[in-house]
Amino acid sequence: MSIPLPVFIAIPLVTAFVLPIFGKKGKDAATVLANLATISLLVLAVASIGQSGVYEIGKWSIPLGINLVLDGLSSLLLLAISVVASAAMLFSARYMEQYTAKAKYLSLFLLMVAGMNGVVLSGDIFNLFVFLEIASLASYALVGFGCEHEELEASFKYMVLGSIGSIFILFAVALVYGNTGSLNMAYIGKAIRDSGLNAGLSFAMALFVVGFGLKAALMPFHAWLPDAHPSAPAPISAMLSGILIKTLGIYALARVVFNVFGVSVSIGWLLVVLGLLSMVAGAFLAIGQGDFKRLLAYSSISQIGYVVLGIGLGGLILARAGNNISTEQLGWASLAILGGLFHLVNHAVYKSLLFLTSGSVQMSTGTRQLKQMGGLAEKLPFTRATCTLASASIVGIPPFSGFWSKLILVVAAVQAGFYWIAAIIVFVSLCTLIMYLKVQRYVFLGELPENLQQIKENRGSMLVAMVFLACLCALMGLLVLVPCLKQSILEPAVKVLTDGLEYSAIVMKM
Amino acid sequence: MPYALCFLLFMIGLYCAVVKKNMVKIVIGIMVMEYAVNLFLIMLGYRFGGVAPIIDKGQLEAGMEQFISSSVDPLPQALVLTAIVISLGSLALMISICIRTYEKYGTFDITQIRRLKG
Repeated sequence: MSIPLPVFIAIPLVTAFVLPIFGKKGKDAATVLANLATISLLVLAVASIGQSGVYEIGKWSIPLGINLVLDGLSSLLLLAISVVASAAMLFSARYMEQYTAKAKYLSLFLLMVAGMNGVVLSGDIFNLFVFLEIASLASYALVGFGCEHEELEASFKYMVLGSIGSIFILFAVALVYGNTGSLNMAYIGKAIRDSGLNAGLSFAMALFVVGFGLKAALMPFHAWLPDAHPSAPAPISAMLSGILIKTLGIYALARVVFNVFGVSVSIGWLLVVLGLLSMVAGAFLAIGQGDFKRLLAYSSISQIGYVVLGIGLGGLILARAGNNISTEQLGWASLAILGGLFHLVNHAVYKSLLFLTSGSVQMSTGTRQLKQMGGLAEKLPFTRATCTLASASIVGIPPFSGFWSKLILVVAAVQAGFYWIAAIIVFVSLCTLIMYLKVQRYVFLGELPENLQQIKENRGSMLVAMVFLACLCALMGLLVLVPCLKQSILEPAVKVLTDGLEYSAIVMKM
Repeated sequence: MPYALCFLLFMIGLYCAVVKKNMVKIVIGIMVMEYAVNLFLIMLGYRFGGVAPIIDKGQLEAGMEQFISSSVDPLPQALVLTAIVISLGSLALMISICIRTYEKYGTFDITQIRRLKG
């Protein structure tokens, strides 16, 4: 293994604690340093593709010590985190000039990145909790960063629900430790494979689903998301919707369900139902919104549903077949999980782009209300172009990325015989189309209101960030179309989940 | 029995956090939940009549097996220390948000603090 794994956590953590020293006068130096940190993370994440390995902290061998594990799923998530983080950081360089205390903002931002990288790499379930809390605490503070009425209210709401979720997770970790006598995920997986689930572990599983469900804003636990995500500054909305809910929610849930506890038919169904509920309800609620960022936030709930549905469907097929699984069934399961994970990456890119464009529109016009805008296509040409591209992607117009991931999900559902699920996926896509046509119609088309005649587009670093993500959006389809990219990035991640409880054996051998 | 009481404490905290209308009381409820979980962790490693998990000369002479079978489990204590530090951080942030909200709205009642809806 060529890259030492702690670097992924150390770079943002050290930079985060150095930045506040710069204070008000060294604002520009702080910005440059923070950007350097995120870009170097991006380079490292690209370099880590295709690698795998275990790092033992302080040379204490597992199960005595704490370990970091890099496998296919981790490196996929690391890549997504660093792409979104570097784009959002670039965007912040100009956008955050409106706020005071920029150095503190950058520091919190990097703490959040450090927490997320830690969650993705941790091979120890208690450390997963610790990193999850680091990322969550930073995000609570960032949501309330503006310190205005709405922001404080949203931050408090997010914080109460987020803390309850964290406590549930800690409780579940305690139960797991009590029942298996280990905190290392590989050893817990081994203990569960040898002796099966007892009542205490099943209760822990339920607590994990609720805790991570709260973090991921799945449908019955979604109440905080539509308040928290729009209230944050635009780059932070992009980070929260783009990647935070996926790392803390979906990734952690998938890791625990598939690799530690092992999927069962009931958990598979639970994930499928939660996914479908989030998809349908999120889409319906989004259509009725009059606030640009709030609409995007509800749409995030709907899109998260797709990811959970894909992963849950794969797990369901695996669990139904049991031990003597045929190659055909394994193929369906892999396809469903591939769809889910590919949608996760796609959604990270286009939803963060959409939030960045909404930030650009808000900075120029000073409002988020759709009805107070109109005709901005001439005034904000680049914002319009990137927003349209991202909308086309999320709606699923070929050849953009969203089309491919939804197509894979539909194909997987049809092959496995769940025709009604395929129908719902297509139906929700239609609702998504209505949602984004509404955005285009109210924001960019129609007549320009009197008071917006004088506005100008913000160029500079904001534009670079948006164009960067837009290019990715247009090219992401290649991830599944070009075989070598698919084999090096997506397939290893899918394999980690389809291997299920073999995870423990794989980690111990590394 | 102690586990049942611990779970009861957890439920009291959850009830307080979900039902109460005052922001400060919600924060107290969350902290009660946190302490219940910490208590649970400590109880997992506790052993009645156990000794502290520190090896001294006498115990080494008596043999490792006897030490292992009589000492309490030190790992949950380390976990609880970490969990307490984390909950201290989140408590400080929550209380400071409560104070800022009180400055803006002039009340702690969450039924009156609702500009966000839809």
